[in-house]
Amino acid sequence: MELNNMAITSAEILQKLTQKFGEDAIHSYESYGMFTFETDKDINLKVLQFLYEEPSLNFQFLTDLCGIHYPDNTGKEIGVVYHLHNLVENIRIRYKVFAPKDAPNIFTASKLFSAANWMERETYDFYGVNFIGHPKLKRILNVDEMDYFPLRKEYPLEDQTRIDKDDEMFGRG
Amino acid sequence: MEHHVKLPEGSIEKLTTTLNLGPTHPATHGVFQNILELDGERIISTEQSVGFIHRAFEKLAERRPLYQITPITDRLNYCSSPINNMGWHLTCEKLLKISTPKRVDYLRVIIMELARISDHLICNSIVGVDSGAYTGFLYVMQQRELIYEIYEEVCGSRLTTNIGRVGGFERNFNNIAFQKIEKFLVEYPKVLKEFGNLFIRNRIFMDRLQNTGGISAERALNYGFTGPNLRAAGVDYDVRVHSPYSSYEDFDFNVPVGKTGDNYDRFLVRDAEMWESLKIIEQAYQKVQEFKGTDADVFHAEVPEYYLPKKEDVYTKMEALIWHFKIIMGETAIPKGEVYNSVEGGNGELGFYFVSDGGRTPYRLHFRRPCFIYYQAYEELIKNGLLSDAIITMSSLNLIAGELDA
Repeated sequence: MELNNMAITSAEILQKLTQKFGEDAIHSYESYGMFTFETDKDINLKVLQFLYEEPSLNFQFLTDLCGIHYPDNTGKEIGVVYHLHNLVENIRIRYKVFAPKDAPNIFTASKLFSAANWMERETYDFYGVNFIGHPKLKRILNVDEMDYFPLRKEYPLEDQTRIDKDDEMFGRG
Repeated sequence: MEHHVKLPEGSIEKLTTTLNLGPTHPATHGVFQNILELDGERIISTEQSVGFIHRAFEKLAERRPLYQITPITDRLNYCSSPINNMGWHLTCEKLLKISTPKRVDYLRVIIMELARISDHLICNSIVGVDSGAYTGFLYVMQQRELIYEIYEEVCGSRLTTNIGRVGGFERNFNNIAFQKIEKFLVEYPKVLKEFGNLFIRNRIFMDRLQNTGGISAERALNYGFTGPNLRAAGVDYDVRVHSPYSSYEDFDFNVPVGKTGDNYDRFLVRDAEMWESLKIIEQAYQKVQEFKGTDADVFHAEVPEYYLPKKEDVYTKMEALIWHFKIIMGETAIPKGEVYNSVEGGNGELGFYFVSDGGRTPYRLHFRRPCFIYYQAYEELIKNGLLSDAIITMSSLNLIAGELDA
C-alpha cells in the first residue's frame, strides 16, 4: 500500500473528534509520540464508530484491547485501552475509557471489530469488565470456576519471603 | 443440508457427531481444544477453548524488574524467542529513550531474521507433516539446528534464548558465530530450494491446501490478523516496513503477499519470506563486516544505568558490582509514561504495551500476542470444511500455545 506523506496529524485528529463530540468530551495528550485520548465510557462505541467510518480518520484496524486498574482513581478504577491503527496512513492512536469498579459496564466493540471478541473476554477474565452486548462473555484463559479477577491490583503475587508454607517439593524448603 | 441418516419423528438422537479434538492430541501440535460438531466428516460448528498453559505472564511482569521479564518473553512464541526478547528490549529502549549503535541494530537483525526462518521452517514443515509428507520436516531440522548453534554461540542457549540486553548484546559475536552464519548462508539456500521443490508444485500437496482455510482480506483485517496470515490474504502490512525498528529501513527486501488467504497461500508467503530473510541476513552480514577496528568491538549502547556490566568486572570491581545489583533489583530510575512498541514476530505483530509509574517494575505490561487474536477466526476458517482440512488449517495458522495462552 502507498504510504501517504500527507498523513493526518494529532492536532487534526483532535480537531475532528472535538468537532463531533464537543470540547469537553475529549481529554487528550501525547505519550512517546502516540496520540492518546480519553472520553466518557458511555460514548465509547460512538467514538470507535466515528474513528472507523470517518473517511479522513479511517482507524479500521484494532491492534490491541486490554484492561488496566488504578485503585486510587475513585469512580474510574477500571480502564479499557484500545490501540487503533490507520493502516493506510500508518498512524496509531490510543483510546481509553474508565469505569467504576463496582459497575464496570462498558459497551462491546465486538460488533465493529471481530478481533475484539476474545480480547474483551480476556479483559473480562482479568479485570471483570462487563462488556455490554458481548455475544459470549465468559472467561477465556482462567478456569470458569474462578471467582475473582486476578489482574486487579488488590491481588498481589505471593510474598516470596513468606515462611508459613511448605515448599519443600519446589526446592525452597 | 441433506442428511443420509433419516431419524424417526420425535427422536432424541441427533444427526451430528460431537468430537473432542484436544487438548492433547498429536495433530494439534500444542495444547488446543476444539469441540467439533460434525456431520459425517464435515464441520458444522466448533467451540475453541484456550488457556491450558496459561502462566499469568502479565501478572508476573508486574513484580519483575526489566531484565527478569526477558525470560518471560522467551516463553511466548518459543519457536522464535530472540524476536520476543529483542521486541521487549526495544520496548524498554523506547521508554528509556536509548538509541543503539548501527552495528547493534545489524547484529540484532541477523538474529531476528534467523529466528524468523526457524519459525517459518517449523510452521511450513509441520503443514507438510499434517498433509502426509514427513520428510521435509526432518530434513529442515538440520537447518534449524544450525540456527540454534548460532544462538548458542551468541548467548549460550538454544530454545529459550534470553538473548541480548537493553542497549545491545551481552557479548560481541565471536568468530565461531560468524563462521556459523557464513555456513548457514551457504547451506541454507540449497535446503530451502529442495524443500520448496518437494512441496510447492506437488499435486497432492496443492490439492490438499488450495481452497481450504481461506479468508478474505477484509475479514482478516477485521479479525486483527497480522504477519504472514494477513499477507497471505493480500494485505502488505509488515511492521518492519511500516514502523521500522532496529534499522530495518537500511535493508532492501520485498514483502511477499498472497491472494486468497488459504492454506496454500500462507505456505507460499512463508516460503517467500524465508528467501527474503535470507536476503536481509546477507545484507546485514555484509554491513557488519564493514565495521573495522574499534567500531567492530561495539556491541551495546553506552548506558551503564541499564546495561549490565561485564561479569568479570562484577566480581572484581566495586562500581560494577553496585551497578549489577541496582540493575538486577530494578533500582535504576525508569521514567513515568506509557509506550506501545511492536515488532514483526514469527506469526505477526508482537506488541508490548508498557505502562510505567516510575517504579521498579512495570505498572502494567500487556503483550499483544498475534496468535491469540487470529485464532478466534479459526471457527470461521474451518466451518463447512472437512475435518482433515481443519488440521492443516490449524498448523498453517502457526498457532503457538505458549503465545496464545501467555
